[in-house]
This record gives sequence, structure tokens and C-alpha cells, in this order.
Amino acid sequence: MYVAVKGGERAINNAHRLLAEQRRGDKKVAEIQTDQIEQQLSLSVTRVMAEGSLYDRDLAALAIKQGRGDLIEAIFLMRAYRTTLPRFAFSKPIKTAEMDVSRRISATFKDLPGGQILGPTFDYTHRLLDFTLMANGEELLDAPSGDQPVDEHMPRVLDDILNDEGLIQDEPVPGDDTAPVADLTREPIKFPAGRDLRLQNLSRGDEGFVLALGYSTQRGYANSHAFVGEIRYGTVSVEIEPEELGFAIDIGDIELTECETVNKFKGSKTKLPQFTRGYGLVFGQNERKAISMALVDRAMRADEMGEQIMGPAQDSEFVMEHSDNVQSTGFVEHIKLPHYVDFQGELELVRRMRTEVEERLAKLEAESAQSQPEAAE
Amino acid sequence: MTAHTARTDGPGQDQNPTHQNKTAPVDQATAARQRWMSVLARTPRASLEARWAASYGDQKWSMLREPQIGMVMVRGRAGGAGQRFNLGEMTVTRCAVTLSDGTVGHSYVKGRDRLQAQYAALFDAIMLRDGSASDFIDDLAAAQAEAKRDHARKVAATKVDFFTLVRGEDE
Repeated sequence: MYVAVKGGERAINNAHRLLAEQRRGDKKVAEIQTDQIEQQLSLSVTRVMAEGSLYDRDLAALAIKQGRGDLIEAIFLMRAYRTTLPRFAFSKPIKTAEMDVSRRISATFKDLPGGQILGPTFDYTHRLLDFTLMANGEELLDAPSGDQPVDEHMPRVLDDILNDEGLIQDEPVPGDDTAPVADLTREPIKFPAGRDLRLQNLSRGDEGFVLALGYSTQRGYANSHAFVGEIRYGTVSVEIEPEELGFAIDIGDIELTECETVNKFKGSKTKLPQFTRGYGLVFGQNERKAISMALVDRAMRADEMGEQIMGPAQDSEFVMEHSDNVQSTGFVEHIKLPHYVDFQGELELVRRMRTEVEERLAKLEAESAQSQPEAAE
Repeated sequence: MTAHTARTDGPGQDQNPTHQNKTAPVDQATAARQRWMSVLARTPRASLEARWAASYGDQKWSMLREPQIGMVMVRGRAGGAGQRFNLGEMTVTRCAVTLSDGTVGHSYVKGRDRLQAQYAALFDAIMLRDGSASDFIDDLAAAQAEAKRDHARKVAATKVDFFTLVRGEDE
């Protein structure tokens, strides 16, 4: 039951002013600018864009500043903002094969065409705190350049190398490639969910949740041992075909991280064994999320592969209904909001039940007091 | 297709389009337009604004469609080449302008900069009308290619050169 209650207005206004003051922090410290966040906290920006499901670096930086660095709060702000905008078009499917890579590695082939390109990575760092960053002593940095740029079109490990021998299953393209694509922003999720819906859900899903599920598949809560066939991070151009033009135009570049896993093979007495695949694709630079997504995508293909469901990561309904952190935080946190009337009802019920039990106990006691003297005789 | 795309007297028609649309073959004029629209979409507002003021400040034009901020749903394919899926949205600004002779220019650019979209549409119209901004477009394209190449060289410096350590006692 909901009952309107008034009286909190002044307290709420003051609470928000206190919040603003605390967000700003000590006024002797320079105020952080959104362009500084956009440039120097770029992996936070990346996460907010991916899970906010809206690629806009400036807006993500603003959301992070407004949310005091609480990324889920920032993601919530992005989600709210996107509902105010019209959707002009769907892009043509982006071509990750044509990505301008900043990083590209394979854990399955050491010597592969195009090479192992490390790019800007935390891998192989010692994870020791660098106190020069705190002392503002960092010198202007300039990374060294190679003589030649990296190859423009890196071959793909799964499609161009493994599949050359037919060792990995094809990515099936449905017969009708113009068929509608599921969109969870317009239609409620229904089960069983197709792979299109599952991939959309995972790409905007909470990084921690998808990471934990991915980890669970490695610890035995799914039957799909994975190798990282390839990870690539870089920029791709986005093309749309506006009706008024009638031809495709390129509207700019976005950064993406893509991960393709090579998983446990499948075959039978009559069918040649083949490796299977998992796919991860996220906005920005986020390898942890892309790998986790690929692990969970593969685990959720259990039905299609005829595998026994033995862990939560294989259960699409469980995964998809709990992956969204805005939805989760909304329901988890709503229980802190006033439930005075609900609780009043519960309170009265418990009091009434207690009275009933007390009365019954008193009656029993009286009865036994009456019968005891007889028993003593 | 608009009337403008059917023109064949546009400039730059013999240049190689950088982003050829593979699903439907396009004529040379359209390919040239795709190229300059792609270059303009990647050019910050300040460069467009400065060049417009310097070379076309006295042009008469009107707004056909005010700059409007919206979104494009970006699509990917499972495994890079399989079933399509909706990855997430990106902000996009579009605009359409009309020059005094009736030439209509369009723009769709990433982000939320209304003025960038307006100038991109204006330069699209100029290119359709007489191609007089083709040097400007070429310079922008060259600068963009240079920046991309510089980055690609820095990335190339992170390529692993594997070598094998010789072990054992040969001598």
C-alpha cells in the first residue's frame, strides 16, 4: 500500500546541498574538470559508456564527476539521459576485422600473421605503486614509434587461421540476414532468449557480475574450458544509411574491445570434432569484461551444444535477469526507502500473532495448573 | 537517393573512396561524397568554423533541419561475422542546410556538437555545389591519415619480437 507523506522537503534539499558540498571536497584542492576525467580516467569512462550502453566520452566523464566517482551511479545517469534522445538509425554491423588495432594478442598461436601487439596494457607491470604520480613528478611522456605502422587488416585467429582447416565451428549467419534483431531496450526480455539478446545483455551487464560468472565457468560450474584465441582493442568506423541519402555514410570512430575464445570441442562418431566459440564485444578498452563476456556467452550456449546445465553461468534466465546493475541496484536499494505503512502492517500482524500465542500459552498453563494437583496425588 | 548524388560534375570523383560501401555498388559521385562526409565527421568544430569564416563567411544559407542530437544503435555480429546483435547506442548529431542556389547539404556526426554538425552540412553542400572546398577536405584527410599513422607506429613499437634462447653445451 502506498500513502503520500509530506514533510521531508527541507531535509531533502539540505541533504542534496550537503551532497554537493561533499562532492566538491576541500575547496583548497583544485576542482576536477570533466576533460581531465575523460583523458586521465579513461577506463572509468569506458566502463560507464559500456554499461550505460551509450557511447559518449564527455557525457560519461560528466556522469563520473556528478556521481562522485561511483560508477554505478554514473551508469544510472547515462541510462537516464539516453531515454531523452530519439534514435535516428541502426548502424550497419561494425567490421571488427577492419579494426585499427591498438592491441592484438593471441594466447593460442605464438607466431601469427600480424604479430602479437601488446599496446597499452597493465600486463607485465609489477603492480607496485608509482609514487612519482602522487608527487606530480611525472615527466611529459612520449611513447617510442616503430619504423612501420602496424598492419591495417590483421587476420583473425578464429576465422582466418583456425577455420582454414575447419577446426572451429562457423559463426552461423541466419538465413535471413535482414530479420529483426532483438532489442532489450524496446522489448522486455523473453525466454528462451536468442544469442542476439544474450550478447546485448552481456555487453551492457555489470562487469563484476559477468567477471564472477566467467570465473565460475573456469572453476567447474560449466563444461567449457576456454583459450583466448584473440583479443583486439582499437577503433572501428560506424556506418549508417540515412533514408534521405539512400547510401551508407561513415559517422565517426568508436573504440571497442573484442575477445574470441576457443572452447572445448564437440563432435560425434559421425561428425568431425571441432572447437566451439565464445564471443565478447564491449565499448572502449576493457579486456576483463570482453574475456568474461566470451566465457559466459559460451556457457549460455549449453542448450545449443546439447550440454548438461551444471552451473549458473549456463542458465540464461539467471544470468540475464541479474546482470543489469541499474536494475539490481534499484531493487536492492529501494528497500531503504520509506516502507512505513508496509511495516506497520507487519508489526500489527506480529503483535496479533504474539497475543494469540500468549493467550493459548496462558490457557495451557491454567489447564496444567488445574490438572497438576490430581497428578501429584 | 537525392538529386545531388546523381551529379557527376562533382570534384574528387576520381579519388579512391576510403570507405566503400560493400553491400551496394555506388557510383563515383556518391563514393566521393561518402569520402568527404567521412572526413568532415572526424573534423573538430573549431577547424570547420575557422575555415568557413575565412572562405565562406559571406554565403547565404538557411537551415533545412536544425541540428538535432540523437542516437544510433551500434550493431555487431557474433564472432565478428555471424548473427547480428545490438551492441549499444552512441550519440550522434544531424543537420541539413540549404545554400542560396538550393543545394542541400547533410551531416551525421558522432557526438553532441551541434555546430560541428551544422558546419559539416554546410561543407557537404559546398562540395556538392562546386567542389571548392576539395583542397580543404584533402588537407583534413591527409592530417587524419597522418595522425592515424603516427598512432599505428607507436602501436607497432609494442609488437613482440620472439627469439629463442640457445640452450645446451655445444662447445
